[in-house]
Amino acid sequence: MKAKVLLSLVLLCGNLAAPTARAGDAASAASPMPAACELPSYLLTSESQLPKVAEAIKAGKPLDILVIGSRSTTIPSSESSSYPARMEAILKEKLPPSEPVHVSVEIQSKKTAEETASTFVKLMEAKTPTLVIWQTGTVDAIRSIDPDEFRSAVTDGVVALQKAGADVVLMNLQYSPRTETMISAQPFLDNMRVVAQEHDIPLFDRFAIMRQWNEQGQFDLFNPSRGPELAKQVHDCLGRALAQFVIDAAHLEPAQQQN
Amino acid sequence: MTIADQVTGSTIAGTAGAKPAGTKARAAAPAITLPAIGERELRLDLFRGLALWLIFIDHLPPSLLTWFTIRNYGLSDATEIFIFISGYTAAFVYGRAMLESGVLIATARILRRVWQIYVAHVFLFTIFLAEISYVATRFENPLYTEEMGIMDFLKQPDVTIVQALLLRFRPVNMDVLPLYIVLMLALPLILWSMKWRPDVTLGLSVLLYAVTWEYDLYLSAYPNGFWAFNPFAWQLLFVFGAWCALGGARRMSGILASPVTMWISIAYLIAAFYVTLTWYVPQLSQFMPKQIEQWMYPIDKTDLDVLRFAHFLALAALTVRFLPRDWPGLKSRWLRPLILCGQHSLEIFCLGVFLAFAGHFVLAEISGGPVMHALISLSGILIMWGVAWVISWYKRVADKSGAKTKNAVGNADLAGGG
Repeated sequence: MKAKVLLSLVLLCGNLAAPTARAGDAASAASPMPAACELPSYLLTSESQLPKVAEAIKAGKPLDILVIGSRSTTIPSSESSSYPARMEAILKEKLPPSEPVHVSVEIQSKKTAEETASTFVKLMEAKTPTLVIWQTGTVDAIRSIDPDEFRSAVTDGVVALQKAGADVVLMNLQYSPRTETMISAQPFLDNMRVVAQEHDIPLFDRFAIMRQWNEQGQFDLFNPSRGPELAKQVHDCLGRALAQFVIDAAHLEPAQQQN
Repeated sequence: MTIADQVTGSTIAGTAGAKPAGTKARAAAPAITLPAIGERELRLDLFRGLALWLIFIDHLPPSLLTWFTIRNYGLSDATEIFIFISGYTAAFVYGRAMLESGVLIATARILRRVWQIYVAHVFLFTIFLAEISYVATRFENPLYTEEMGIMDFLKQPDVTIVQALLLRFRPVNMDVLPLYIVLMLALPLILWSMKWRPDVTLGLSVLLYAVTWEYDLYLSAYPNGFWAFNPFAWQLLFVFGAWCALGGARRMSGILASPVTMWISIAYLIAAFYVTLTWYVPQLSQFMPKQIEQWMYPIDKTDLDVLRFAHFLALAALTVRFLPRDWPGLKSRWLRPLILCGQHSLEIFCLGVFLAFAGHFVLAEISGGPVMHALISLSGILIMWGVAWVISWYKRVADKSGAKTKNAVGNADLAGGG
């Protein structure tokens, strides 16, 4: 346990130090103000592990990541600033240059977890990712799907992905203060946590992370502005956090990282 | 909360039909005499007032104050307190009415109350519609294009509004009143059955609860999904409250006074506290056996998980034990605001929901800092207190001037018939 805490602290420090050190040479790729991304370490770590990711990196095999998401996976009209793209860039920075990283995105907008999960068998036949990051829950919350049904749909989806031979990370809803009175997120957050616990897979708590940023004043998520700037910054930070989270859950030795 | 030796309305149990003339008419609401405020069961008012405050705070976005609400320290929350006390007071008020004026009159009075709650619900829905329409037209942050899908229902107001009137379309935070309406609708039947055999009624209620879990009974909602509070499950708390009011509490006093109950309750509360702690300090969850986790989760609020119910019972048992009915603090002016709010629960509940909407609105439109947040929470509570005070004042004045000409039927409301 102690060793693990220590490791994650080391990883975290490495991560926090990295953006500042690189700001000069990678200004175009890195966020202009990485301090905004800061998070307490418990939001970036998981008890559960990603053995297949670890194996692939150890063996120097390519790391194929598939992000299955919905409309909040992307930013309208600026694909390259969305969190999957940002995660890819950060992972490439952090992993050894010899390690090929490829991230692809499968967007199923306006689909519930059940509808999305029903496509997984076919989807996984076409692609064989090492890791699937499944972001879900928003559509179900908007349509107030029965939480029990939601849980079994997520369970089925996770099982299908694991059967196809991939590591799985679950990602929950965005924190959206404007619509808090209208969308009841809690049952969906709870049930995703339960599924993650039951299947011993890491849960990337996007909701808690974004709430943390909003509360600490790093981002003002109430902002009604129509421009894409805020969205870009938030996605950049999400991509960084997600990359960090994956590296941590795969338990990579510092030697396997570039910094 | 209520309970035991001190309970007032214990005249009905067993002696069905007999006029409670011989017993002490201590009473929150005999239709004949004006209830003196001091004789009310103040603990009920106190805890209902507390529940109303907590519900208001829980409906606001999380802030520092949220850490004072009980849902962070155990499995049950303010909703359980609210429904239980509502069952208790409703049975107390209308049970007496049923004995004194007959089933028909009591039923009519209950239905009048149901109508009031229904109108209150529709009123809140109107405010909600206004708010959501405003946000829909003003807010276009590209970060949240997906979440804006919630506005889709505005495209077909014909369907949505009819569904809302049928209680099938309920926006977030508007689930308690529909539950309450259904429970109150069932109250004549519950009371009529209690008059006959209280224990059998409670048994039937437990049976319905069990059947709900076994066969998955539910009420469907619009556009899909189910009622967030399943009335078939939550009726258990309501009927249990009624049963306590009608003498059950007194008969349980032996159990409540025993140290065994106390220690079981304490142990359970500590265990529940530990469980909730693992939600906030994830590092702790590794000390939680996996089997227990798998058996325990999910702790279902929709169907009033038995763990939640037990948590409420443990809380209630300890409260009754350590907070005697004649505790002088109940009359202190520091608790007065809470008690006042508890005495006008329907009005204050609706006000709380409205204030939560308004609070969100201010946070979104003006500023969202923690100072503003604290300010909104505090002023919300002050407004609730102020309005409760005005209502009390008005009722006092109205009762005074009307006492000679009519029976004080309004006392049912005062005693919290709802």
